[in-house]
Amino acid sequence: MTQEEKIKESLVNKFNYLSVSIKIVRPRRISIEVSLDNFEPVFAYLARDLQFSHLCTITGLDEPEKLSFIYHLAADSGVLINLKIALPKNSPTLKTVTPYFPGAEIYERELVDLFGAKIEGLPSGHRYPLTDDWPVDQFPLRKEWKADKNA
Amino acid sequence: MHDSKDFKIPIGPQHPALKEPEGFSVALKGEKILGVDIRLGYNHRGIEKAAEERTYVQDIYLIERVCGICSHSHSTCFVQAVEEIAGLAVPNRALYIRTIIAELERIHSHLLWLGVAGHEIGFDTLLMYSWRDREVVMDILAAITGNRVNYGMNTIGGVRRDIDAQQAEDILKALTILEERTKYYIEVATQETTIIKRLSGVGVLSREDVLRLDAVGPTARASGVKRDVRADDPYAAYAELSFEVITDDHADVYGRTVVRVKELMESYKIIRQALKNLPTGLLTVRAPRKIPVGEAISRYEAPRGEDVHYVKSNGTEKPERVKIRAPTLANVQAVKHMLRDRYLADMPIVVAAIDPCFSCTDRTVALKEEDCARAKVINWQALHAFGIEWYKQQGIDFTELNKKLQDRLKG
Repeated sequence: MTQEEKIKESLVNKFNYLSVSIKIVRPRRISIEVSLDNFEPVFAYLARDLQFSHLCTITGLDEPEKLSFIYHLAADSGVLINLKIALPKNSPTLKTVTPYFPGAEIYERELVDLFGAKIEGLPSGHRYPLTDDWPVDQFPLRKEWKADKNA
Repeated sequence: MHDSKDFKIPIGPQHPALKEPEGFSVALKGEKILGVDIRLGYNHRGIEKAAEERTYVQDIYLIERVCGICSHSHSTCFVQAVEEIAGLAVPNRALYIRTIIAELERIHSHLLWLGVAGHEIGFDTLLMYSWRDREVVMDILAAITGNRVNYGMNTIGGVRRDIDAQQAEDILKALTILEERTKYYIEVATQETTIIKRLSGVGVLSREDVLRLDAVGPTARASGVKRDVRADDPYAAYAELSFEVITDDHADVYGRTVVRVKELMESYKIIRQALKNLPTGLLTVRAPRKIPVGEAISRYEAPRGEDVHYVKSNGTEKPERVKIRAPTLANVQAVKHMLRDRYLADMPIVVAAIDPCFSCTDRTVALKEEDCARAKVINWQALHAFGIEWYKQQGIDFTELNKKLQDRLKG
């Protein structure tokens, strides 16, 4: 059994509902899709029990009827898991992962500025990366936002 | 957060000591730093959005310009993701050439850093020496690729230029010189009392803090965390080459210096092996103009640490999404931590020790004001007035000083 299969097995044993959404993409790459309700237990299990101790970054996606966020978690073995959640575009509210990875603060701020995500529990601080006078209702990485029109 | 009696010094975004725009607000008690607030984003150029509006081939050149120093890192990281989606089997010779350029880039970046670090601690002789030696590798890069930076070596499916026998010989000759010089730098870094005393115990970041704050690259490795994408998640030709992942347990700026100078020796080792075993064959495979639907994440060990690119395709000739996370963004949180309870005089070298690249960090939203209907051109006087107003809001006001100066001039 390869290391990827072992990871998959332990995840499916712990969370039965993952059996359909977990895929081994290639050696050292696994992708998982979870619902918002199941996100935190799976994330915590990966970060704390399966030693995925490095959060590479968080990618935001406008798909475009919903907003998706992919948490790229890496283990020292080189295996990288893409943990994806999808949220409705009109209320993209999710919880911060800073209790697990304090370094995630700046990645979450990017999601707030560029995608309009609402992140509960995010510590107060400067916005990133847009300027302080950037309009509050414009999220440049959403598909409907066009540089020529909105600049 | 801080007591109002404490002093707060704003540094930047425009400041003579900063090489790139970033805003620091340093809360001080005497000489001691109570806390640092870092405001980034001043170099935000909208590259991620712009990448969605361009073809994959155009994007290679756009993304190469995320950073001037680690340009090959970004372009390689990007094409690797696209090649994975398209299912391209990149020829071995191309993978080896990518690796050789990658390591030459690391050499020039680490030598550049060594000079900057020397400069920040007032050791300008080191700056002069290391930047002179850096020219050796810059000449090699220029001879192979045609450019000192932004090499344009990568294309989807391979590389655009070959390395011929004469060039291989030139590289080996240059490596002999560089290796000799690096031995001297290792001697300087590990035996020169002023360097050891100045850098030891400065900018401390424990192993636990590296893991907690997700630091990457030499910053992580100098705290004993053996993380290196080249070894952990090998790409290009690294799986076939032997090298050591350099770590150090000093966990301070001194450790970061030792890691970088020793990594230079590993780079020479990698290049020699790659040249010796350079496979024959094609430089590229034909890549489709339209990339099939899919997604891929690519990791790359840039000179500053792990670089991450995520690409999602939609079956057209333009990507649906390109996400870039440059290593400095991962290390910025650690800087705040390193500076707390340290002295103000340590700040320049502590910030320099992560080898920051804010241009990389702040990539992403194109503002094409010249194309837009509501375009406004701001003239010099207005810009000047805006700058004064902006700094006033940050608490920097020279009105009184200016008045005094005017009075004195009159008097």
